[in-house]
Amino acid sequence: MYRYDEVDYRIVRERVEQFRDQTRRFLAGELSEDEFRPLRLMNGLYIQRHAPMLRIAIPYGHLASRQLRKLAHIARTYDKGYGHFTTRQNMQFNWPALERVPDILAELAEVEMHAIQTSGNCVRNTTTDAFAGVAADELIDPRPYCEIIRQWSTLHPEFAFLPRKFKIAVSGSVEDRAATLVHDVGLHVVRNADGEVGFKVIVGGGLGRTPMVGEVIREFLPTHHILTYLDAILRVYNRYGRRDNKYKARIKILVKALTPQGFAAKVEDEWLHLKDGPATLRDVDVAHYASFFNDPAYETRAANPEGFAAKLAEDRAFARWVEHNTRTHKQPGYRSVVLSLKKTGVPPGDITAEQMEAVADWSERFGFGEIRVAHEQNVILPDVKESDLYEVWQLARSQGFATPNVGLLTDIICCPGGDFCSLANARSIPVAEAIQRKFDDLDYLHDLGEIDCNFSGCMNACGHHHIGNIGILGVDKNGEEWYQITLGGSQGNHTAIGKVIGPSFAQADVPLAFEKIMNLYVEQRQDGERFIETVRRIGLEPFKERVYAKHH
Amino acid sequence: MRSIIKDGQVVTDSWTVLRPDEAGQLPEVASERDVVVPFAIWKAEPAMWQNRAGQVAVWLAPDDEPAELATHLASFPLVAVDFPAFTDGRGYSIGRLLRERYRYQGELRALGDVWQDLVHYLWQVGFNSFEIKEGKNLEDALKGFGTFSERYHSTWREPEPLFRRRNSRHENVA
Repeated sequence: MYRYDEVDYRIVRERVEQFRDQTRRFLAGELSEDEFRPLRLMNGLYIQRHAPMLRIAIPYGHLASRQLRKLAHIARTYDKGYGHFTTRQNMQFNWPALERVPDILAELAEVEMHAIQTSGNCVRNTTTDAFAGVAADELIDPRPYCEIIRQWSTLHPEFAFLPRKFKIAVSGSVEDRAATLVHDVGLHVVRNADGEVGFKVIVGGGLGRTPMVGEVIREFLPTHHILTYLDAILRVYNRYGRRDNKYKARIKILVKALTPQGFAAKVEDEWLHLKDGPATLRDVDVAHYASFFNDPAYETRAANPEGFAAKLAEDRAFARWVEHNTRTHKQPGYRSVVLSLKKTGVPPGDITAEQMEAVADWSERFGFGEIRVAHEQNVILPDVKESDLYEVWQLARSQGFATPNVGLLTDIICCPGGDFCSLANARSIPVAEAIQRKFDDLDYLHDLGEIDCNFSGCMNACGHHHIGNIGILGVDKNGEEWYQITLGGSQGNHTAIGKVIGPSFAQADVPLAFEKIMNLYVEQRQDGERFIETVRRIGLEPFKERVYAKHH
Repeated sequence: MRSIIKDGQVVTDSWTVLRPDEAGQLPEVASERDVVVPFAIWKAEPAMWQNRAGQVAVWLAPDDEPAELATHLASFPLVAVDFPAFTDGRGYSIGRLLRERYRYQGELRALGDVWQDLVHYLWQVGFNSFEIKEGKNLEDALKGFGTFSERYHSTWREPEPLFRRRNSRHENVA
């Protein structure tokens, strides 16, 4: 993984000192609340319901064991002993004291971490496929490009004060696991007719109030042009994006207003002036960043070794966990393990300091000291030998990480909701838990198969409810919490925005509505159809009828 | 005369920035004073402004188009860009365009909601003088230049981005 050199360290330390001074000036009354707010947001610091919330960047979801140990230390020392993984692969702490935030940042800088641009109207943490570098279907390792983009976006002098937040995702594999179609900019790898690898450039996707699937503005961008092309896109957005209404300020509104063709033409025109300029990547530059992401020292092993195959055959619970919570690996004899942070009764994405340390230990004992954070809010050990899986499974169970539900209905993507967030209209955590309890029968859950269930406590859509096969949105009705259900959303290569099935539900009625939807699916599915496929085939109407039918 | 920051120093300044009132009228100013005029007003009657005894410069609002100024740039000793709110970042792009695309060589000044935490970025994109917001300390603003000793990007001040300089270093070592 990427390691800071002296300059990276210096920049992050200078940023810590800058923020320390900004905090001091705010507390001394030299900066007003209105002046300090954008400055602290650009460093991930929100003032929340109970206390400030600090969001720490985990660039493209990569963590080293020593970094995770540092996060555990911060959770214990400055917070209440736990943290929360977000859908941008970041970590949030919900209880730090404002005055101590500069000290937290200084501790983070020691392990090459920061909170730069984790909020505010600037370029946010770049995200990618959590299985980057180990996935079998990868055309290109996206991580060197993610790091190049991270550096480019960090404290970019032209783009510090954009009309609104700006999110970039990069996918290097055939199957898009980075949700590139619902980002302000998505870069999805493609191979052109000459066999050359480049990026398809997608602009104007996003969730929030006005969910939209992004538009392809360039079918093929050679990889060495990505920074100049991003500069061109950002400049068009910075100059022409709306600044009069924050709900219309995202790039998607500009793309729509200009039409995708009109927007693309403006970008291409801008790019003519930037193309081949000094920000063009040379082979030597890419090679420098790629050198940090070489394969670790894998052993040559056979796939499905004897002991592993035997355990699979004799232990059904283990086999179930392997089926759902591990992923195939490009290296024979290895798998990636997904540690589920979706145990019933624990807020989705929450992790305790003790669990963080356990994961750090396992990553060293069974892997190469690397950990990934998935945008689905789970933690991944990317390189585990199949012969070690049984032991890892037992350890994971002992720490509450082995719920065999990854990709299933109870693997709910969920924002912190009204329990923590001051923007939320409704609580999400207790409702997610009620759904998990309703579907606690593992046989039934597994029979239902793959279902993305995404939950947001308000229309800002941090829980990505629009792209859940089944989505839940918390809404406020005269001061009461209600919940809207959407069906038909999906991420990946067939990204779609879900549609609301009808009037919203009271909190207590959400699990029952889910049960009715699932019952109908089971009745209607054909030949092993997944839930989303059935929804696409039969449409929303039968689900509406079932859910809203009057009792007789 | 007020103090501004120019090229990293506090200096006194003779320019008067003219801002229209609610009716769109500019205040009356003696002909020998050096004035900075809104670009929109200047471009309506450029010849009229040539008859003054004092010097004339223009300031751009965030939604002004710097391309329209391109052919006139060489005649201005000073061009200013207004930042009505520090969170309005359009002027940063305008700065880069004036310097990089339209090759403006003269003084480029930031006006408006400009203070300590912004001067570093403004300097990078090409501004070299700063009219610091009323109520903010100029000495504090000077400190802003030293906030960061390095940057990742290609900027007007330093076109070679860090990744290129890094690899040149590596090549030198090899």
